[in-house]
Amino acid sequence: MSLVLDSFLGVLALALALRVLLAREALAAAIGFVGLGLVLALLWVRLDAADVALTEAAIGSGVTGLVLLRTAAAAKPVAPQGVAVRGLAALIAFAVFCGLAALVLTLPEPAPSLADEAAAHLEATGLGNPVTAVLLVYRALDTLLETVVLLLALIGVWSLSADRDWAGAPPPLWRFAPTPPLVFLARILPPLGILMGLYLFWTGADTPGGAFQGGAVLAAAWLLVLLAGLRAPPAAGSRRLRALLLFGPALFLAVGALGVVFAGAFLAYPEGIAKPIILVVEAAITASIAVTLGLLVLDPPQPPGPLPVEGHSSP
Amino acid sequence: MSALLSTPTLFGLTGAALVAIGLYGLIVQGDAVRRILAFNILGGGIFLLFGVIARRGAGAGFGGDPVPQAMVITGIVVAFSATALAVALVRRLQALPPEAEDGDEATAGASTEREAAS
Repeated sequence: MSLVLDSFLGVLALALALRVLLAREALAAAIGFVGLGLVLALLWVRLDAADVALTEAAIGSGVTGLVLLRTAAAAKPVAPQGVAVRGLAALIAFAVFCGLAALVLTLPEPAPSLADEAAAHLEATGLGNPVTAVLLVYRALDTLLETVVLLLALIGVWSLSADRDWAGAPPPLWRFAPTPPLVFLARILPPLGILMGLYLFWTGADTPGGAFQGGAVLAAAWLLVLLAGLRAPPAAGSRRLRALLLFGPALFLAVGALGVVFAGAFLAYPEGIAKPIILVVEAAITASIAVTLGLLVLDPPQPPGPLPVEGHSSP
Repeated sequence: MSALLSTPTLFGLTGAALVAIGLYGLIVQGDAVRRILAFNILGGGIFLLFGVIARRGAGAGFGGDPVPQAMVITGIVVAFSATALAVALVRRLQALPPEAEDGDEATAGASTEREAAS
């Protein structure tokens, strides 16, 4: 019975991927992509990876989808490649599929796994969720660099603004007058979103959830408020905003450096008080992730007023 | 036959097909936004393959190997970062005056090549 459900989900994912590929309009393709992300999240649940499912739904489908949706709406249709290129591409894609399918069918038995080692040291971390233990303890350097990658992406986006606008505010997320239902939802949903985001962060220590999932939900609550025009985007030059962006990665880095002194290695935690330290770091990066994700959805800072960006980049 | 009739194998093949669909789209699509979409499908397929490997590595009372699962979470966030940056570049291109657009650049490049050749 479960296999029937899984086959259905797999076929549904492929159908949606083809829909994204073949849709006539870029906007329809982007909407299909959001649907694909949600189906993929269900596949992750079926693979017993609820942490990944939450990330896929919140970031892979939600925030990524939002970024692509608003751009696809403005995209002009461009003719695809000619028949020869398409034929060649189909051949290459089919060869890649065959290669990967052969790998899937010949995966080694028994499968290599680090689950036992992850479980063996779980008690020392004080955490109950092994995925959080991997993210914040065993491979904490990955997660530290990941928060820095988010910041770098934001610097990349902001650097597309002209020098004179660098410290200004990003333009509104939505230039048109919001409809009453949108304003209504933007008033009642954010408190629930904030509660859900904080819960996901807090529960991530022991059950599925964590800083990235919680941060994404917090960002979504903020973006809804921006979408309805209830608040204006903050100025990129604001010291408070920049402090908030840096707070998580900087605290993570500082805790890592203190680990050299108190626990003998970079990003090591002293035994016994590991869990409180991890929770403090997670809280800090959750806040920074939420703000960074939200700002990555917005455009780079632009001069005030309804004018579109000009082609000039220097004053 | 029994290996084929299991959820990890089924989803592994789904992941392989998603990679193929994404790769095909990445090559043939003309529009930059569509290419970014295809790139994300490709990435989703690779993550799914990794998730299948995590599921097969279930042990110690966990439903899957937590190490690949955590790496996929990192991967999804990094893929989003790259997508957001790529989309910002596309939006900047969309905002440019029409004469500086993609197609015209190609003709401009071609004419420069002709001049260089003559």
